[in-house]
Amino acid sequence: MATMNMLQAVNNALITAMSDDEKVMVFGEDVGHFGGVFRATSNLQQKFGKGRCFNTPLTEQGIIGFATGLASQGSVPIAEIQFADYIFPAFDQIVNETAKFRYRSGGQFSCGTLTIRTPYGGGIAGGHYHSQSPEAFFAHIPGMKVVIPRNPYQAKGLLLASIRDDNPVLFMEPKRLYRASVGEVPEDDYQLPLGKADVVKTGSDISLLAWGAQVEIIEKAAAMAEAEGISCEIIDLQSILPWDVETVCSSVEKTGRLLINHEAPLTAGFASEITASVQEKCFLHLESPICRVCGLDTPYPLAHEKEYMPDHLKTFEAIKRTVNF
Amino acid sequence: MKDRNHLANIGLTHHVKVIENGLIDIPMLQVLQPDGTAHKQAELPDVNEQLASKILHTMQYVRLLDERMVAAQRQGRISFYLACTGEEASTVASAAALEPQDMIMSQYREQGALAYRGFSSKEFMDQMFSNQNELNKGRQMPIHYGSKALNFMTISSPLGTQIPQASGYAYGQKMAGLDAVTICYFGEGAASEGDFHAGLNMAAVLNCPAIFFCRNNGYAISTPSEEQFAGDGIASRGIGYGVRTIRVDGNDVLAVYAATQQAREIALKHQCPVLIEAMTYRLAAHSTSDDPTGYRSKDEEERWRLKDPVVRFKAWMQSKGWVDEKLNLTFIEETRQEVLKALKLAEQVPICPIEQIIEDVYDTPPWHLKAQLAELKTHIDMYPDAYPKTSGRG
Repeated sequence: MATMNMLQAVNNALITAMSDDEKVMVFGEDVGHFGGVFRATSNLQQKFGKGRCFNTPLTEQGIIGFATGLASQGSVPIAEIQFADYIFPAFDQIVNETAKFRYRSGGQFSCGTLTIRTPYGGGIAGGHYHSQSPEAFFAHIPGMKVVIPRNPYQAKGLLLASIRDDNPVLFMEPKRLYRASVGEVPEDDYQLPLGKADVVKTGSDISLLAWGAQVEIIEKAAAMAEAEGISCEIIDLQSILPWDVETVCSSVEKTGRLLINHEAPLTAGFASEITASVQEKCFLHLESPICRVCGLDTPYPLAHEKEYMPDHLKTFEAIKRTVNF
Repeated sequence: MKDRNHLANIGLTHHVKVIENGLIDIPMLQVLQPDGTAHKQAELPDVNEQLASKILHTMQYVRLLDERMVAAQRQGRISFYLACTGEEASTVASAAALEPQDMIMSQYREQGALAYRGFSSKEFMDQMFSNQNELNKGRQMPIHYGSKALNFMTISSPLGTQIPQASGYAYGQKMAGLDAVTICYFGEGAASEGDFHAGLNMAAVLNCPAIFFCRNNGYAISTPSEEQFAGDGIASRGIGYGVRTIRVDGNDVLAVYAATQQAREIALKHQCPVLIEAMTYRLAAHSTSDDPTGYRSKDEEERWRLKDPVVRFKAWMQSKGWVDEKLNLTFIEETRQEVLKALKLAEQVPICPIEQIIEDVYDTPPWHLKAQLAELKTHIDMYPDAYPKTSGRG
């Protein structure tokens, strides 16, 4: 075990994957010699050469189109989009090409080896172009997997699983935690299963569900609620698509209540999908309406970032409202 | 219907003819040598003492502003800054060749053009402190300026998006019969985005009076231009799209002024786009989040410091007897004080009240935003200490 922050864990996972399989290639804007603007790809070019870790021209649609073609050839591309806010020029490639590659060819061709890494999320005074959480857009694309880790251990294990999964995976990294989240990470190769939620803490009165950097927010709110005698079960969804409906529903069947927290705007956020599925499967177990604590339906603000965020205080109040319904 | 023949202008060859890179020579216009003396053969644009002084003062102003704001970011007073050191001539001299009614669509390193238009220190500072006086209402990161009054479109972080927008804006100007063009600034890195190609092609096909002004400063964050493109810079692409093209020394005020002036004339007269590639160097870091020591040498930077556009232009002005050194020092000292004073004032001004969080999302806030605001206000009232910037303000 070694103590790593999330960036080091990502870097370590990339080194592990590149050492394990020479078909793995890492590329994107500034990822080469410089090691990426956040330094997630530090030393990869020096270690594995310019052929396998390189800078691309500044074109997201080009990066993902290139990566899709490279994957279809049999290589294992890991493409970085510098900020999730800048992934949209590649939306056409992802939606119409990457995600449908296998389906449209009747399984003859596949770009399943592709992994797209991108930092996302707020809390860094980034305004609306360096803070967005666009996971719900990508959860609406059959053929993609969407994965979000909450700490360095999950980051390495989930990233390695994403790289080796035979489906294109969008791996979204909560950049607010890049340096803030530090923990013990095995130096060996290991994978954590995709499509599985992680029950971080068991409890009996209410299930709290989040992913990425918001997990620590619901943990903070849960601590406040516990002080008032409310027992909270905390679940990290980890995989947005496909998501672990079984773990979430068995938790809700036990607690009878569900609160979902995400940074993205409320309307058509991924909490909406979870809410619909859970009420369908757990209707008779629910003791209160499923509660969503999310970003406002506005662009992500700068000056009002603190007010916009679905923070621990909003979550705490929502827990009390839900339990006392 | 007219008969068309899309092969009409194509000659024939009877041997395989491979067109290699570099066969088209695109020279760089240079009027002033690095020491500030004019090339003997060069044709000097019509720049009088008053205009020259305004250009010099604006360049000196943005350099002071940059120095002050990089320091302010280091002190933790603002979250982010992006300096244009070394590129002042490109933006200031090009803006000087325009008319106030011309629209400016910039990338994010064009504070020189904005300052030339008359954006005040107060306006710069209000933006960087995201306070309630800020024209964009504090919604964007520092340096994302915008001013309707100065015909300077609000900056957007995503790269290259303004390029096709400039084509559209210019088309609208043409259709309205205005005596105005649109200038669109971007870097050589942003020119790799699909939007560049779409924007230039549309401007060419639809005959849009736009000036596409590329600041080729050698770097896109850490990525050097040789890892950005393999062709002859950005200028060669203009030719490919059928856009009239000029390459210019971006550190030479007189060359940039002459090129932009002519580009404007062409754009208006022929109602067509013109591409200018200004060859310059980003002496500054990409932003305060960047550290160039990780990707380039001090020696390389030093070589470019010798080509300082402000020094070069000032030397030319001195040769004309247009610089009173004592007065210029006074200007610099007064500007320094004025910038600092504006900074100190702006940082005391509160951010917009919370009601503003739902404004401008739509023309008027729909029911769901009103409901979310009401809920948020109730919450802030419950925890006033947790939201000190917006609580207790009525």
